[in-house]
Amino acid sequence: MTTPLIAAHHIWVSRPAGTEEKIILEDVSLTISSGKIITLIGPNGAGKTTLLKVLLNLIPYTAGTLTRRPGLTIGYMPQKLDVNPTLPITVERLLSLGTSDRLSKIQPLIDTCLAEVGALALKHSPLKVLSGGEMQRIMLARALLTSPDLLVLDEPMQGVDVLGQEELYQLIGKIRDNRGCAILLVSHDLHLVMAASDEVICLNKHVCCSGHPHQVTADPSYQELFVVPYKHEHDHRHDGACENHE
Amino acid sequence: MSELIYSDLFYKALIAGFGLALTTGPLGCFLVWRRMAFFGDALAHSSLLGIALGILLHININIGVIGICLLCALILTKAHSRQHLAADAWLGIISYGALALGVLALSISGTNVDIESYLLGDILTLRMKDLYWIYGCVILISLFIFWKWRELLLLTLDEELAQTAGVSVGFVRTVFMVLLALTVAVTLKAVGALLMPALMIMPAATAGRFARSPEQMAFLAMGMGFVGISTGLFAAISFNTPSGATIVTACLVLFLGSVLTRAR
Repeated sequence: MTTPLIAAHHIWVSRPAGTEEKIILEDVSLTISSGKIITLIGPNGAGKTTLLKVLLNLIPYTAGTLTRRPGLTIGYMPQKLDVNPTLPITVERLLSLGTSDRLSKIQPLIDTCLAEVGALALKHSPLKVLSGGEMQRIMLARALLTSPDLLVLDEPMQGVDVLGQEELYQLIGKIRDNRGCAILLVSHDLHLVMAASDEVICLNKHVCCSGHPHQVTADPSYQELFVVPYKHEHDHRHDGACENHE
Repeated sequence: MSELIYSDLFYKALIAGFGLALTTGPLGCFLVWRRMAFFGDALAHSSLLGIALGILLHININIGVIGICLLCALILTKAHSRQHLAADAWLGIISYGALALGVLALSISGTNVDIESYLLGDILTLRMKDLYWIYGCVILISLFIFWKWRELLLLTLDEELAQTAGVSVGFVRTVFMVLLALTVAVTLKAVGALLMPALMIMPAATAGRFARSPEQMAFLAMGMGFVGISTGLFAAISFNTPSGATIVTACLVLFLGSVLTRAR
């Protein structure tokens, strides 16, 4: 068994809110190994993005331990890149910003990554003319540039239509097969998730359940959160602590 | 009036204008790209308080302005993470609060400072010392921008993306703020606290309508700035109008021209 890329044990994150601490993540543990597609699902305010940011070292955690394999490279695709239309920048230029090498030197690499996501034709397009789905592909290509061991994708399906979503999931699966990298992604859509993931982690501040997609769908806590989401008035176990009740 | 055109004052103003265009051009682009136009506005307005501070403490006025601008930048950055009031409301509070305090402090400081000259500015009153400040600022900004151009662009696109790409976000952002404060300080005497933000935003916005790359936009903004400043200066002398307002009007004409050209 190889060492995991990232191992998180009993991670807590809280943020001061007024006089008291608001708990955002509660005792979350997870392990990310090479070649696996792990999907994080959970309702709004469940702390999915926070967990990603902790794993990426973008925000500090309050308690717990986090170990990354030495020399780990991560390709990150943020939830949404809000590009100001007044910034005149092409796809090629955006990708070249990821490294300090000269454009001529990384040109072949940029072409390879764009071709891998099926967006080579967009190379010279300005960012502001791209559709939501095109933009997501470009951001995916950008994340691939550094040949990462781990791809972290925060809601890659945002702004992509249903047909495009299925394509994008197939693409993500293909990338994993070709590169052997691990993929951690956040998603809302359960049906597409089930087809592509090796492991699903259902998060609602704490890990409600995790495992193979079929195991998770059979889990009562999953059923409670997703299958009949409007039936329960209060969140299980977290009275008043849910962000939705603010 | 024609003798003024050939005078020492005019050349000094023109040389100053060239330097100001070089500094406000690229910084203005970043303000436009990062949707920080009103941030520039708030810093510019707060500069008046900096002048009062400089006079009261008997220190260089530019140092006073830089200090107050940085203080306001710090408050606004901190305020951004407090969510009980929206960012634009914070900007308004800092902007006008500092402006009011500045006018108040200047009027009770007892010195016979002409407040209007700092509110509206006059590029024809610049002295040699001001030119040194301006060109010192040009050198610092050029060095920093050449050195950190890629990082600045990444930061402009997305802070977290920049952070994961290994950019020291805190450092780049802090230096950017210092340079912005410095630019406010050196631009103050030329176009005044009220109009100065226009000199940053208008040339950049004009350039944005033609540029095809970020670099092109930065250089075009410098060019547009200089055309605006020099024609404004020439017009101010010819028609004997206030120089700051005339320069900004010239920049506005350029912008409107660019809108009409591209609309066709």
